[in-house]
Amino acid sequence: MARPTGSQPVDALAAEARWRPAEIAFWLATLLPSFVTPDYLQLAGQILITGLFALSLDLILGYAGVVSLGHAAFFGLGAYAAGIASKYGWGEPLTGLLIGGGVAGIVGYGASFIISRFRGLALIMITLGLNQILAEAANSMGWLTGGADGLQGVHTWLVLGVFHFDLYGVTAYWYALAVTFVVFLLVRRMVYSPFGLALRGIRENSTRMLAIGAANHAHVRKAFTIAAIIAGVAGALLTETTETVSLETLSFGRSADVLVMLILGGVGQLYGGLIGATIYMIARDRFSDINPQYWYFWIGLLLIAVVVFLPNGLVGGLKKLGAAIGRRGS
Amino acid sequence: MTAALTAKGLEKSFGSLIVASDIAFELPVGERCALIGPNGAGKTTLINLLTGMLQPDSGQILLGGEDISRLPPQRRVRMGLVRTFQINSLFPRLNPLEAVTLAVAERRGETRDFLRRLATKAESIEEAWGILKSLRLDGVCYRETRELAYGQQRLLEIALALATRPKVLLLDEPAAGVPKEESGELFSVIDGLSRDLTIFFIEHDMDVVFRFASRILVMVSGRLLLEGTPAEIAADERVREVYLGAAHHG
Amino acid sequence: MLGNVIGVLYDGFAYGMLLFLLSVGMSVTLGMMNFVNLAHCAFAMLGGFVTVTLINQFGWPFLATLPCAFLAAAAVSVVLERILFRRFYRAGDLDQCLLTIGVVFVSIATAAYIFGTVQQPVQLPAWIRGVFVIGGHNFGVYRLFLIAVALAMTAVLIASIEWTPFGAQVRASVDNQRMARGLGVNVDLVFALTFALGSGLAGLGGALAIEVVGLDHSFALTYLIYVLIVVSLGGMGSIGGTFVAAVLLGISDTAGKYYMPEVSAFLIYVIMVGLLMWRPAGLFGKR
Repeated sequence: MARPTGSQPVDALAAEARWRPAEIAFWLATLLPSFVTPDYLQLAGQILITGLFALSLDLILGYAGVVSLGHAAFFGLGAYAAGIASKYGWGEPLTGLLIGGGVAGIVGYGASFIISRFRGLALIMITLGLNQILAEAANSMGWLTGGADGLQGVHTWLVLGVFHFDLYGVTAYWYALAVTFVVFLLVRRMVYSPFGLALRGIRENSTRMLAIGAANHAHVRKAFTIAAIIAGVAGALLTETTETVSLETLSFGRSADVLVMLILGGVGQLYGGLIGATIYMIARDRFSDINPQYWYFWIGLLLIAVVVFLPNGLVGGLKKLGAAIGRRGS
Repeated sequence: MTAALTAKGLEKSFGSLIVASDIAFELPVGERCALIGPNGAGKTTLINLLTGMLQPDSGQILLGGEDISRLPPQRRVRMGLVRTFQINSLFPRLNPLEAVTLAVAERRGETRDFLRRLATKAESIEEAWGILKSLRLDGVCYRETRELAYGQQRLLEIALALATRPKVLLLDEPAAGVPKEESGELFSVIDGLSRDLTIFFIEHDMDVVFRFASRILVMVSGRLLLEGTPAEIAADERVREVYLGAAHHG
Repeated sequence: MLGNVIGVLYDGFAYGMLLFLLSVGMSVTLGMMNFVNLAHCAFAMLGGFVTVTLINQFGWPFLATLPCAFLAAAAVSVVLERILFRRFYRAGDLDQCLLTIGVVFVSIATAAYIFGTVQQPVQLPAWIRGVFVIGGHNFGVYRLFLIAVALAMTAVLIASIEWTPFGAQVRASVDNQRMARGLGVNVDLVFALTFALGSGLAGLGGALAIEVVGLDHSFALTYLIYVLIVVSLGGMGSIGGTFVAAVLLGISDTAGKYYMPEVSAFLIYVIMVGLLMWRPAGLFGKR
């Protein structure tokens, strides 16, 4: 905790970054699945991984205002990098995450030079196009990626040399939770840093940022690269816990899904991705038991409802509700 | 002594429309210079050319004697040539303290830091606070910008510009939309700024112009018609004709 | 070899005409109202299903179903425009994208519910399924029909925008909405009619597409990407640009699938990204 400095404005800005009770409650709640729904740890692990992926998108979309319809490119790169490393003899999970994040980060850094120059429809189409190029490349390079059959022969070693990945997903869940939490702490730190403030400035008004002499392009490049690294880590996490990689990790569908989750949860709210992923994936799990065809009907309706009624997503809506109750109480 | 800002032979046209033709002037350090002219004379375009938001077809711009004609806008800002906007261009969901701190931190290169809390940059925050105080915005500095009154938003425009430590400040109708009684107050705040600062402002209200400007440039259809002291300008027949003529058309 | 080239050009051009019908409405709404309507292909899909239903359930002749496809798509789109879309003309790109992709999802699920998830079979009259021979090359009659319809529609569209009072209002609204409003143009009405017209053309395109690319419940999403490529390359709001981009994409996609089936999808995206980096506002876009 930051010490009070006795300076009113400094303390006021320090207070914004302070942990709120709701945040602590949220992270305590992430421990619940292992006690309340032990049969669903497999799903809980998947949710955490997807939530981490959505968090990485939030960094560029919610904070820097860069719309990407191709974010799965980096998730897939991380997934394949870790998978291929494992297939050829290196299955150590923690370094596997670094491999996944590293490969995605290098490609993301390269792509960021393109991304930072464009906005609007051109940007949406370029990100989508880059994603599709990568997906097509992975599809045609069957000798490396396994093509449409997916990458076989992935084997993940014990976590920390002790815990093996069990059938019930217990290790996978705890492992994913630990990684997600650590990365979340880093992202949270970043959001409340001077750099995070600059990103919000770009989102709010990029022209004005230029007029105060800000290095917009450098900021966007940095945010995009970091987001790519995190997406790569999430992808590697999926590979390690499922011991397979499919082309789906790179697909347009995954790019679109993660965007939908983030919007449902709320953009630029830090928790939107995690909460959106939780609701989306539980709902999909439930609905696809009934009939997978109709799943899209509800998700479509939900999207329309969120855009029309909850411009800041579910987290934004909850915050508003909390504020209203707080006002009534005082 | 080197002029704070010099323009030499600036030309700009969009297709067949000439918006700036052979613009040349010099601003000595500390000058309060007003740019006047009828609507559509190209005043905002001139500011866009000076700040690099538009590229001139030809001509030179010197800041403190240094050629900045080819530099991108943000480089010019860092060298001390800063503008405000005629229509508020702010950060709607940041509060004034955050916005001005952002501008200060950008200037000091602190926004590259992504691993320390914002509150660790106490010097920047204190500086921002000082600027807000000097413009009497400290009372509202924790409210989101979009909730501020219009006049306060105009002041915040100036606060953001000041946070970059400008040498030359270009104010595009700083009092646009502010009620007449308040615009005088706004200009006395502007006039009270440091004498090291050179100020170049666009303004339509002649009372304000004659009260605060030490020098006046008159622009008509993309050209500088003449320049002079307020007394000289007030006495000039051509200015009256152009200005009043245009005013009649609305 | 030469025969192949001619055949590819012919099929590619016909395919381009189809893409043009599917895309032109989206391009115009984007240029005019600044509205990103990702649900555009859902209206095309609706047109396709209207045609399928009228032929298979009610035994209508194919040609008679085409105006119905146009009208149904136009009517449904204008209802959505009035109650939902128009509130978002001033919203950000992202909100518009999400809202309309929501509509796409709903339409896909609804189509799957009513028609199932299989390709829709359509039996066209014999005269239109035949081929004719010129200089030893076979040409499908249907594609000629498709080209004729699309060119006729383009001519009508351009003529009505260039030479009718309604067209003048459309052009004024595209150029400067506020000015048009000030001049007494009923911009809301112009928007609604343009929206209906664009969706109607998409509906017609959807009906005509069945024979060429098939129709199933996911049409609204599958062809969205093609339409987006055409619109972003053509430059939003530019009918001529959309036409050229559609023809280019139609021919290059057909040629790619014919000569380099392995990498054709890859190439299309490389070309798209390259062109957009070169001209972000599209080949014929302003700015």
